[in-house]
Amino acid sequence: MTTHVLDVKNQLCPIPVIRTQNQAKKLAPGDILEVVCTDPGVVNDIPAWCRINGHEVLGIEKRDNGEIVVSLKI
Amino acid sequence: MTKQIKAVALISGGLDSMLAVRVMQEQGIYVEGINFFTGFCVEGHTHAIRKQDQNKQKRNNALWVAEQLGIKLHIIDVIDEYKDVLINPKHGYGANMNPCLDCKTFMVTKAMEWIAENHFDFIITGEVIGQRPMSQRRDTMNIVSRDSGAKNLLVRPLCGKNFPATYPEEQGWISREGLLDFNGRSRKPQMALAAKFGFDEYAQPAGGCCFLTDENYSRKLVDLWQVQGHKDYDFDDVLLLKIGRHVRPRPHFKLIIGREEGENKFMEGYKKRFGYLYTKSHPGPLVLIDGELKEGDAELAAQITGRFGKGKHADRITVALVDTDGNETEFEVTPMSGDDFPQEWYL
Ligand code: SF4
Repeated sequence: MTTHVLDVKNQLCPIPVIRTQNQAKKLAPGDILEVVCTDPGVVNDIPAWCRINGHEVLGIEKRDNGEIVVSLKI
Repeated sequence: MTKQIKAVALISGGLDSMLAVRVMQEQGIYVEGINFFTGFCVEGHTHAIRKQDQNKQKRNNALWVAEQLGIKLHIIDVIDEYKDVLINPKHGYGANMNPCLDCKTFMVTKAMEWIAENHFDFIITGEVIGQRPMSQRRDTMNIVSRDSGAKNLLVRPLCGKNFPATYPEEQGWISREGLLDFNGRSRKPQMALAAKFGFDEYAQPAGGCCFLTDENYSRKLVDLWQVQGHKDYDFDDVLLLKIGRHVRPRPHFKLIIGREEGENKFMEGYKKRFGYLYTKSHPGPLVLIDGELKEGDAELAAQITGRFGKGKHADRITVALVDTDGNETEFEVTPMSGDDFPQEWYL
C-alpha cells in the first residue's frame, strides 16, 4: 500500500475529478490517493465519483490556506 | 451461460440520457456512462468561482445521474480534440456558436473508439427525434449514425421505434417493444416516463448542454477570434470568457473586470499572463488587460477601472497598473461616468 499525492490546485471541476480518475487507473487496489484541490466543488464531486466507482473516501481536510485535501482508497 | 450485453451511454447530466439508460437497464443491458468534457460544458467551472453561487448546491449532474442509475461514469477530457470540431464544423453552427451536429458526431465517434477498447457491444444516447432544431432531426440523426461510423450500433431508446431496427434489436439483445416512440419538442412524455421510473429530481438544462448555445458567450468567442485573427484557442481563453465583464474600449485591447470577490480571486491566477489594474484609493475590482495598451490607453483603462469600483463617484482616484513583470505605475484619474461609457463597449 502506497500513498500518492495528486496536485490539482487551481483546477476547476470537473478537471480534478478527471485527473483523479486517470490517476486512480494507474494505482493498485488498497493504495491511498490524496488529492490536493482548491475548487470547493470537489467536496461533492470526488466523493460522488468514488461512490459510483467503488472507492472509499477516507477523509476530507479543509486547510487554513484554502486547500482541500480529499483522501481516498483505491 | 449467456453473454452479458454491455452498452455505453452518452451522459450529459440531463433527463433524457438518464431515461434512455433506465429503458435499457429494464431490458437487462449492463450500462456504463461516458461524459465528454469539451471545456464549454455548463457543468462545473463558474459555479465554483462566483462567491454568490458558492452556497448553492454544487454537484456535477453527470456524476449525480450515474449514481441514481447505479452505473459507472467515465469523464473524458476532449478539450484539445474538440478544437477541430468547433473551429471547422462541417455542418456549420446552430443559432449561436454551437456546432451541435458535428459535436454529436464527434462524441459518438469517440464512443465507438471507447466500446472497441473496452469490449462493449453498442452505444446509447438520449436523443429524441424532433427535440432540437439542428442535431435531433431524422436526417441529421442519420448523419450522426453514419459519419460517426456507429451506424446500427447506435441505439436511441427514447425514439427507437421511429427508426429502422438497429443491430442490437436484430440480434435480439433488446426488444423493439421496450423502446419508445417519442417525437417532437414536448417534454411531457419524458416527464411521464420519469414519474414512472420514480425519478422525481433531475436537471433541466435550458437551451443546451454547453456555453456555445449562449448568445453572450458566443459573442465573446467571436470577438476573441476576430481580434487574434484566427480561431485557435487554449483552455484558459475559453474559460476566461465565462468570467467577469468583458469590455472592449479600443480594438486592440479589452478589459476583463471582476464582478465580485470570487471572480477577483480567481482572476488573480492570471496576473502573470496579463497586465492588470486595480484601484488603490478605494475598494474595487481586479481588471485584467487583454491586448496592448497604446498611448493614452492606460489613462482610459484606469478611468474605466474606477467606474466599476466603490470610488466611482469620487473626484479623483488612484489606480495602479501592473505589467506582466510586476512593475507598477500609478495614475490619478476621474472615474468614467455612466454617460461617457458607451454600451457598445460591453461584449
Ligand atoms: S449544445 Fe454544445 S455540447 Fe450539446 S450538442 Fe450542441 S455543441 Fe455539443
